[in-house]
Amino acid sequence: MQDRSTLRRGLRHVGSMVAGHPLPFTFAVTGAAVFAAGTVGATVVLGRITDDVVIKSFETGVDPTSDALLGAVAAIAAIAVLRAAGVVTRRFFAAMTSERVQRGFRGDLATHYVRLPMSWHQGTPAGELLAHADSDTTVASHVLHPLPFSVGVTLLVFFSAISLIIVDPPLALVGFLIFPAMGVLNRIYSRKIEDPAARVQASVGWVSTIAHESIDGALVVKTLGRTEAEVERFGEAVGQLRSDRVEVGFLRAGFDAALGALPSIGIVFVIVVGVYRVDAGAVTPGELVQVASLFTVLAFPMRVFGFFLESLPPSLVAHSRIRKVLDLPLAEPPSAGISPAAGPLGVTIDDVSFSYPDGFNVLSNIDVVIAPGEVLAVVGSSGAGKSTLATLIAGLVPVTTGQILLGETVLNNIDPQERSTALAYVFQEPYLFADTIRANIELNREVSASELSRALETAQASDFISEMPSGVDTVVGERGVTLSGGQRQRVALTRALVRRPRLIVLDDATSAVDTVVEQRILDRLRSDFEATMVIVAQRLSTIRLADRVLFLRDGKVAGLDSHASLLSNDHYARLVSAYEEAEA
Amino acid sequence: MTTSQQPIDGTEVAPVGALAVLRRGLLVTPELRSGWLVVVFLGMSVAAGRLIIPVLIQRSLDQGVLGPDGTKPSVVLVGAVIVLIVVIMAALLSWYSQRLLIQRAELAIAGLRTRTFRHIHDLSIADHNQTQRGTLLARVTSDAEALARFATWGMLSWIIQPMIIVGSFVVLAAYSWQLAIIAFICYLPVMPILRFIQRRQFRAHRELRTSVSTLLSGFSETITGAAVIRSYGAEDRALSVLQQSNQHRYRAALLTNGYQATVSVVGDVFGAIALAAVLVVGVTQRVEWGISSGELIACLFLTTLLHEPFAELGETLGDSQEAAAGWDKILGLLDQEPDVSETTSGRDLPSGPLSVHADELWFAYRNSEPVLRDVSVVLPAGSSVAIVGETGSGKTTFANLLCRLADPTQGTLYLAETPLTSVSHESRLASVRMVPQDGFLFDTTVRENIRYGRTGASDDQILASIERLDLTSWVARLPQGLDTRVGQRGESLSVGERQLVALARAALADPGLLVLDEATSAVDPETDRALSKAIGVLASSRTVVSVAHRLSTAESADIILVFDDGRIVEQGHHDELVKANGRYSKLHQAWLGATR
Repeated sequence: MQDRSTLRRGLRHVGSMVAGHPLPFTFAVTGAAVFAAGTVGATVVLGRITDDVVIKSFETGVDPTSDALLGAVAAIAAIAVLRAAGVVTRRFFAAMTSERVQRGFRGDLATHYVRLPMSWHQGTPAGELLAHADSDTTVASHVLHPLPFSVGVTLLVFFSAISLIIVDPPLALVGFLIFPAMGVLNRIYSRKIEDPAARVQASVGWVSTIAHESIDGALVVKTLGRTEAEVERFGEAVGQLRSDRVEVGFLRAGFDAALGALPSIGIVFVIVVGVYRVDAGAVTPGELVQVASLFTVLAFPMRVFGFFLESLPPSLVAHSRIRKVLDLPLAEPPSAGISPAAGPLGVTIDDVSFSYPDGFNVLSNIDVVIAPGEVLAVVGSSGAGKSTLATLIAGLVPVTTGQILLGETVLNNIDPQERSTALAYVFQEPYLFADTIRANIELNREVSASELSRALETAQASDFISEMPSGVDTVVGERGVTLSGGQRQRVALTRALVRRPRLIVLDDATSAVDTVVEQRILDRLRSDFEATMVIVAQRLSTIRLADRVLFLRDGKVAGLDSHASLLSNDHYARLVSAYEEAEA
Repeated sequence: MTTSQQPIDGTEVAPVGALAVLRRGLLVTPELRSGWLVVVFLGMSVAAGRLIIPVLIQRSLDQGVLGPDGTKPSVVLVGAVIVLIVVIMAALLSWYSQRLLIQRAELAIAGLRTRTFRHIHDLSIADHNQTQRGTLLARVTSDAEALARFATWGMLSWIIQPMIIVGSFVVLAAYSWQLAIIAFICYLPVMPILRFIQRRQFRAHRELRTSVSTLLSGFSETITGAAVIRSYGAEDRALSVLQQSNQHRYRAALLTNGYQATVSVVGDVFGAIALAAVLVVGVTQRVEWGISSGELIACLFLTTLLHEPFAELGETLGDSQEAAAGWDKILGLLDQEPDVSETTSGRDLPSGPLSVHADELWFAYRNSEPVLRDVSVVLPAGSSVAIVGETGSGKTTFANLLCRLADPTQGTLYLAETPLTSVSHESRLASVRMVPQDGFLFDTTVRENIRYGRTGASDDQILASIERLDLTSWVARLPQGLDTRVGQRGESLSVGERQLVALARAALADPGLLVLDEATSAVDPETDRALSKAIGVLASSRTVVSVAHRLSTAESADIILVFDDGRIVEQGHHDELVKANGRYSKLHQAWLGATR
């Protein structure tokens, strides 16, 4: 009974998609109904013409009157217009329904991709997310194209049955044998195709994931000479997809052949039975022609019905893949403002610990109070938890236990818009969008020319930008590839500074910048910006600049004092002398 | 977030018709060409199964019912049995040939997809940087999917329906050639009208494919730039960009469907005209042309049958257009010649350290300003070389040329006195390695990422190279050691750690020339020390060229090359260059001032 539940689930799923767009769908179904009526009407007209015009004129040997011919032509024309209007209406509005559903899915996905927390993004492959937005939405809604026609087919079968019964009940009996046979065939087919069709969808996602990663890492692929291996890896996924598709295709080949033959077999029986009925005088030859042509016109709509049933399971699978994302709750963003409302922001880190979902412990029981306007350097060897602490302060990742206060407000409760205004976090690896430098700096707000040039000056970015062909309006490549690492960092820093943040978190944000330039940047930052600064630092020159140094060791606070006082700590002294060595 | 120029997405190609795409497509897809016999077979069997019905009707009416001897059921029965056999045979044949065809078509699409993927990797890094990743990705995903959908839905129609159309006219002509001509004339305008709409539809579909690429690029940025979007509160902007391209896609899709709706009724309209004409002429001319009533009815039946294949073709035209547009985009990409052409049969480089000899090198990317101007230098085998200079001075380009990520536009680069362009691909890969600045790692374990350094390397060899580079203690600190997963793009590791993995990879390959692009930038001292040590080990038995970001790398190098505006302006050892009081010494002074 799995088949029935799939069908029921499928219909419910289709219903839910259609429910949002009742108007275009109603138009489409109306068009389909008109088409169905026209199609059955066409067979009736053909039957009448056979009897009243053709056979009559042969039997009597008299040419039909021009009135009779005109009437026949008018009937043919009327039916054609009816059918054409039905088809155009159905097609256009079916497409509109489907496209609106797709647009809706993509819009909702976009919202979720933008609003879901960072931690979710880190755990989900980008290729898969792209596949949701691309092929999954298409496949999920593709079923809506044949849907109105399928509703029309149901009507068609109904109209056909009525017209058969009117013609001759014994002949109708033959028809009633064929209809269930077609129905059963459709059911068998849709059940058999379900699993392979789901596999096809999964393979499509896998191909997309591999392609995304591989194209993303094209430089490494090239320099490692991994092209062959990558082509092989991709080829394997493509091969799997191919064999899944072939399996589906084989099933369809059988279905197509059987469904194509069924109406023809029906006609043969109709003619055999019909000849006896004509002989008995119960049926006219024209009615026989009418029934025969009814069966021929049924073949294609029945196939479309098959398409509908066939696209139902993959649509369900694709839809559930999309749902997996869309069903994730979008937490209502907190709405608290920050108090105090202006001036440099202090930070209170209150017994904060952080561990990964797999239990790997990064930070434990951190207790630090950063005064407003203070410059705090965070120092520690790699793996000590410096960057993690920076992302926690920036609110990008939630703390596992404990809490962080910005000013007097708990970080978790702060309205994200307000937070992003008050706090600027600058990454070690800046991400630039494939857009102009200006757009990358402004992102979502208007920035005055003077503000922009002040920030560019501070970030030491105005020189190299002014040398570019279009200055700040130069378009940088995807991820900013057309800039050097240091230039990218300086653009990212500008992006942070134009916001006049009250708290700046620099996560090794000037590491790719020349030491000389870095020094200038930090000096300007201290003198021109009234802000609290948390700097994850790896250079002695930077550390010396700080008011206090937070020394982290194995995820714990190992010291919090001025640089000079901390030198009495052996571990610290050793680490710092290593910095000195590295720089010398 | 807006679309930058996209030279590789095929939009600059002059608009071509779907037929031209088909012709070109068949040229690059040999798997499809060999299947024509199956195609004919399939079409004929389906057509035969369909067209025998009107013949049965005609014979039953003329000889079984309306004949001079009244009803003769035996004639009908015999005919029915024969037709039944033909119908079943035709069904079996079409089943079999359709299977063959699907197999072949899927093989073709898989082949085309893989070839396109390979082509993307064959394009130079400069080309990659000029193109949005989403665009390249769309070629092997959504464009290829459109083609695959077509192969399973539309393609069969294009094979079967024309056969049915031709067959119908043939049977029609057998009954009455005059009526066949009349029906034919009535259907004649269908072709130019379809062609007229189809051309517009094709353009609309290209527009749709383009809007899909843009939308995908937008999604790609939203996903990969997730952290920036969140920390700068740029959610609304990212969303509005996406919604805009979503709406653009919707509009484009509606337009294609509007054409589609129009196209699908053309057959119906002209079918009605043909039916009326055959009826009127057939009835009035029946005596002159000697047509029996059964024959005329069969002709009417056939004429009604004719509009069905036209309607079905109309149904599939949309998919076909979409497929053609996708195919066209793929072909556009395949047309982009890789600017580095690989030779498989070239010469081999000797093992051991390689000397480098650059002879009057010039480089410019696809007709833009030269980035390297007349660079000549000789670097002895086994030397360690540091390249310094400002961004845009040409140092990275020079490093790229050493690895043949691009070829010089003028001049020759020799490795071990062999022109690099005549070195075989395999030999170059084994002997020249680059550790790129962007430490991209694959989303798997550290171990597997190191193994990428040499195909088929064993676990022991991986461990040995880690030991040789003195990275054992670093590995021990990773949460799961070598089995630690690195995350997408390797982002669970720090930049320095990613470079360590890249160095371990390089050690596994044991190349004669190692090119490090800013390998020691942006790293904490501890990792930096590990890196320096590893580089030291690597440098002891090969030539190493480093694009130096820190002057400390330069201090320890045998030779320093100072680049400025595409030229080498100074070269020599650190001490000499400091004494020479030139550009390098200024850099050095500034650097000293900053640290002390």
